[in-house]
Amino acid sequence: MLYAILCYDSEDVVGAWTKPQEDAVMAKLGVVRDELARQGRLGPVARLLPTTAATTVRKGRDPVVLDGPFAETKEQLLGFYVVDCASLDDAIAAAQDLARASSSAGCYELRPITLFHPGTLPG
Amino acid sequence: MSELAWLGTSLASARPRAVAALLRYFRDLDLAEEAFQEACLRALRTWPQTGQPRDPAAWLIFVGRNVAIDTTRRLKKQEPLPPDELISDLDDAESALAEQLDNADYRDDILRLLFICCHPDLPATQQIALALRIVSGLTVKQIARAFLLNERAMEQRITRAKARIANGQVPFETPSPAERAERGAAVAAMVYLIFNEGYSASGDGAAMRAALCEEAIRLARLLLRLFPAEPEILGLTALLLLQHARAAARFDADGAIILLEDQDRTLWSRSLIAEGLALIDKALRHRQPGPYQIQAAIAALHARAARFDDTDWAQIDRLYAGLEALQPSPVVTLNRAVVVARLNGPAAGLELIEPLAPQLSGYFNFFGVKGALLQQLGRDAEAKVAFDHAIALANSAAEAAHIRLHLDRLSRPAPERGQEQETTRPLSDPGSCGRP
Repeated sequence: MLYAILCYDSEDVVGAWTKPQEDAVMAKLGVVRDELARQGRLGPVARLLPTTAATTVRKGRDPVVLDGPFAETKEQLLGFYVVDCASLDDAIAAAQDLARASSSAGCYELRPITLFHPGTLPG
Repeated sequence: MSELAWLGTSLASARPRAVAALLRYFRDLDLAEEAFQEACLRALRTWPQTGQPRDPAAWLIFVGRNVAIDTTRRLKKQEPLPPDELISDLDDAESALAEQLDNADYRDDILRLLFICCHPDLPATQQIALALRIVSGLTVKQIARAFLLNERAMEQRITRAKARIANGQVPFETPSPAERAERGAAVAAMVYLIFNEGYSASGDGAAMRAALCEEAIRLARLLLRLFPAEPEILGLTALLLLQHARAAARFDADGAIILLEDQDRTLWSRSLIAEGLALIDKALRHRQPGPYQIQAAIAALHARAARFDDTDWAQIDRLYAGLEALQPSPVVTLNRAVVVARLNGPAAGLELIEPLAPQLSGYFNFFGVKGALLQQLGRDAEAKVAFDHAIALANSAAEAAHIRLHLDRLSRPAPERGQEQETTRPLSDPGSCGRP
């Protein structure tokens, strides 16, 4: 069974880390990641930019693009795609294609990735 | 990270919201600050044992308010305070309070707090000093260092600003939507000026002033959360991130200035650039250009150029032209002249800046740019006069040292200068947010 481990934290606190604080946290996390990779259990790892950089695409017949972070806590994060896009407009187009393909309600939140490790797991 | 560092970060990030709420309650800056300090002391005692509360700001507001009421004995019949331990996590008292403090409530509090610091009666330097003291919680000593003043002078400046606010009938009511937009712009300008204080620094004060840049970025992110879909706030945040991304490359080990074209671009912070580019991308989709967005777009073109020679000067020139139209300013024209000189030669740049002389007679960068352009044209005697002016106006040892380098080149025999002379560029960083 594959598990997605989603990281939630206060952006206020994480955003106010100094460089040394940030480096210390990333170094500690790196140790854990390396160990998982050594055991052959690590898939893709991504870190997202803050929600202030997010854009939301609402599903529906004519998908609507909204600004700002996705803030509705009632809708749970179900999973995510990683798509290579040249610009925000390209990313929105991809999300709108997904939105048209999906019949359910809900939305896609677009968050630029700031760190990405493809991992070593076989597909 | 040590536990104390975690606590410190957490308290600092809760500060604007907590002080703002305490101010709304007490309507007295000093009392609100003292209450916050006391609440922080209690947090440092309590949180290591109980763990950090789910909503640190709500905890600090609750404790700070009770402590202040208790000590000032404003209310004679006080319910005895529950011990701090009982109001830590998931407790009824706290969740009820957290509900009271709904988003709209505290958002306006922070806005009000920042707006009080932006009171139009206060001169800009007092506004910035007060904001750094009240919103950011920097010590008077830190602020004094940042402004290159002695501590006593800065203390006086802040006290005067507070007194003016106390006498000034600053309205405390919730701003209307129209006022909100206006206040947002005033606050954005203040954040921009705080950043500028740090960005313009070099040499001795550089480390302290870098902290000002980081504080401005933190405040900009906070503003962005208050106005998530406001293109100019997106643009401002992007601008600060993109400019600060170059911080490590802008000075050498001795504190000497390194020009944009000579910077080691591998030292630029990729993560700050990525966030800045994402934000400006988002802002520009609104098709509502503004001065911060244009400046961020200029900074983005520099950030996107892998090498100095890849810089898209023609596009930067168009953006500066747009900025001039939106916000005419001799400083903007001066920066544009640097770009025009790149595109059409130094004579064209010089032509553009000559009419600015009366307005910029006290501006270091004006004479730095003028001298460099004259030097490129081989008008060495005039260049020397301009550089001498620049040295006299230099704000830091690093600025003066940089101009002296130009003067040294002028005094060398011509053949030796050769290629080097061609690459000599004015000090002014295109895309920098300079002000006279």
